[in-house]
Amino acid sequence: MANDLARWQFATTSIYHFFFVPVTIGLAFLVAILQTAWYRTGDPEHKRMTRFFGTLLLINVAIGVVTGLVQEFEFGMNWSIYSRYVGGVFGAPLAMEGLAAFFLESTFLGLWLFGWDRLPKRIHLACIWAVSIGSMLSAMFILIANSWMQHPVGYRIDKAGNAQLKNVWALFVNPTFVWGYAHVILASLITGCLVMLAVSAWHLRRRTHVEPFQRSAKVALIVLIPTIVIQMSVGNQLGVIEAHYQPMKIAAAEAQWTNCKPCSFSAFQIGGGANDKTPTEIIPIPHLLSILATGTWSGAVTGLNQLQSEYQAKYGPGNYVPDVFIQYWSIRVMAYLATAVLLLSLWGGWLIYRGRLHNSRIFLWLSIWAVVTPFLMNTAGWLLTESGRQPWIVQGLQKTAVANSPSVSATDIWISLSAFVLAYIVLAAADLGLMLRYSRRDLADADAEAAEAPAGAAPALTY
Amino acid sequence: MQLHTVWFVIVAVFWVGFFVLEGFDFGVGVLHRVIGRDETERRVAINTIGPWWDGNEVWLIVAGAAMFAAFPGWYATMFSALYLALVLVLLALFARGVSFEYRGKRESARWRAGWSWALAIGSALTPLLIGVGLGDLLHGLPINAQHNFTGNFFDLLTGYGLMTGVTLLTLCLLHGATFLALRTTGEIRDRARAAGRRIGVVAFVVNLAWVIWTLVVIGGGTLPEPTQIFGMFGVIFATVLAGTGYDGWAFAASAFAIAAAIGQMFISLYPDVMVSSTNHAFDLTVNNAAAGHYPLVVMTVVAVLVLPGVLLYQGWSFHVFHRRVTAPPT
Repeated sequence: MANDLARWQFATTSIYHFFFVPVTIGLAFLVAILQTAWYRTGDPEHKRMTRFFGTLLLINVAIGVVTGLVQEFEFGMNWSIYSRYVGGVFGAPLAMEGLAAFFLESTFLGLWLFGWDRLPKRIHLACIWAVSIGSMLSAMFILIANSWMQHPVGYRIDKAGNAQLKNVWALFVNPTFVWGYAHVILASLITGCLVMLAVSAWHLRRRTHVEPFQRSAKVALIVLIPTIVIQMSVGNQLGVIEAHYQPMKIAAAEAQWTNCKPCSFSAFQIGGGANDKTPTEIIPIPHLLSILATGTWSGAVTGLNQLQSEYQAKYGPGNYVPDVFIQYWSIRVMAYLATAVLLLSLWGGWLIYRGRLHNSRIFLWLSIWAVVTPFLMNTAGWLLTESGRQPWIVQGLQKTAVANSPSVSATDIWISLSAFVLAYIVLAAADLGLMLRYSRRDLADADAEAAEAPAGAAPALTY
Repeated sequence: MQLHTVWFVIVAVFWVGFFVLEGFDFGVGVLHRVIGRDETERRVAINTIGPWWDGNEVWLIVAGAAMFAAFPGWYATMFSALYLALVLVLLALFARGVSFEYRGKRESARWRAGWSWALAIGSALTPLLIGVGLGDLLHGLPINAQHNFTGNFFDLLTGYGLMTGVTLLTLCLLHGATFLALRTTGEIRDRARAAGRRIGVVAFVVNLAWVIWTLVVIGGGTLPEPTQIFGMFGVIFATVLAGTGYDGWAFAASAFAIAAAIGQMFISLYPDVMVSSTNHAFDLTVNNAAAGHYPLVVMTVVAVLVLPGVLLYQGWSFHVFHRRVTAPPT
């Protein structure tokens, strides 16, 4: 019971945290691009857009920062057996994250936010780039740590039975990390682009400030088109890597119980819960699973039944099949929504080419609603990755069922989980309210707030 | 010196850095409601820490992560033992962390008062609760042979732990007052100075009681450690200087006092990192809680390479905004 609750709490808090992380990484990068454009051209329109989207970035960062603290503490709080076992490997990237990424991100965010009238333009521009780099570095160290849980490398087991780092470079060249990190950064850029596109589209539909918001919509689309194309192939390659090191994960993603060669991919299915091994598959697409799982036209995929008996022979009795329902639908949510986003972005690119971006009302309407898709895809991605690793907390080394803190009772977690959920609802309400309010604000209002104080007088208060 | 002792010192330095820096943020967070009498004054008070509070808070994250990396056993036992206390710390950090950015984003007086209270309460609870936790490390908690905590939430509320929490809270308030005096002008500065004097007297009494209690808890000698004496002088100097207009020196003295208090706790703790009140044989020590040699070497290299740069740019950010904050013309 305590173990299940600890899992629920970790899943809830990390999914919630990851609503905000990709927005931060994506928007910080795009705001840095806008500000670079302003620095290069001196065009005040670019400065207006930098400040406008910068405010949205800051509203979002506030929650990303505080919810990140929970993640940092939760390993020790809820997973003390795990923490003691892996600290000699897993702790290092976390400490590196704090030292090399969080300091950079937080210090330069403060400098950027308060430095508008204080710092030379060039230095101030460097500050937002430092924030962007810091946020990407932070994701890098977290992905290094997480990839080690998916595919442990570069470690040894010491006399006390704990994992200890043996080769730090192995963590950095772990294929699960290399492809997983690329996948997360691209996902973050896509998230940032879709947020910027949605806000711009909303303003373009109102036909106020057409010129500046058309510009930000263009920036968003120009970054989005190549990113989504690359992302789809990176996602595909990550699937091949995972199928190699965690075959259960990908076999479960197709609900593939029996061995197959070549393997087809069903568009969707009816049934297919934990005990339903014969769901009704609709529209099987020949060879697609072979391509996704092996990168070859007719590659063989080992089915869940055979993997289960292999794992039992290797690791002893137990159920080694992850939740098939979650795996099956997570991969489809990503694949289908990514395709939809790709089509939307290509349409947007066509409209830019024809110079009709600002008055295609259907495209703009779709672009506003497309803002929900990255959050669904990001969540599906983490569900596929984390749920697909189960029953392991560290693949092949430690099971989730034995890793939670023995001193933390189910009652303790009921209290903490309710407290976090309540707090997160309040934070989400405040965040969403402010995001909508500031996204819909007129540029004129944004300018009035940013008005520079007359020389010699005290500058306006930022907070 | 062995590598795990080096890392014990580094962890202690991160905690000291956290309280010296975020300590004044906590103080300002609480005092902004008292020293700022109207909306503009409150905003001035909050803006004195505006550019830095987030960077300062990273010291806490790094302290926690360094414990995880260098002393997995310590991190695992401490964080799971302090479970519900840390849940409260996290809620307090939510409240204050979000309030900075959100408070000024709407005109409504209720909205602003709400976030203002969130800031004040969050800023008071955090040092208080963390103080309880740090005090418990030294006082001892029920910990068994497997290094698992065997008590419940109420076992965390030891008298000594609570005393440590109250001491850290008063020191943070003093530190916040000297910081506000250093960073503002006019009436706000005068009020901050007056607050510093009054809080200083309380902080002195509380700190003295805590120092004596610490000597009782750690047993052994009856003479106070040099750090404790220096710390007391820090409080006295901060209190006296707060009233005489030497704002910079008063701030330095309160920073010193808070550094001495945290530093002393780690000095008293060594070579233990967590005392077991069940049986001293079950104490967590720098030896039995540490990570292996190689990960410590890697972490040392990373710290040596990265930390000087961090200190440099964080120092620079303090320099950039060194001017006093004043209310804009209306």
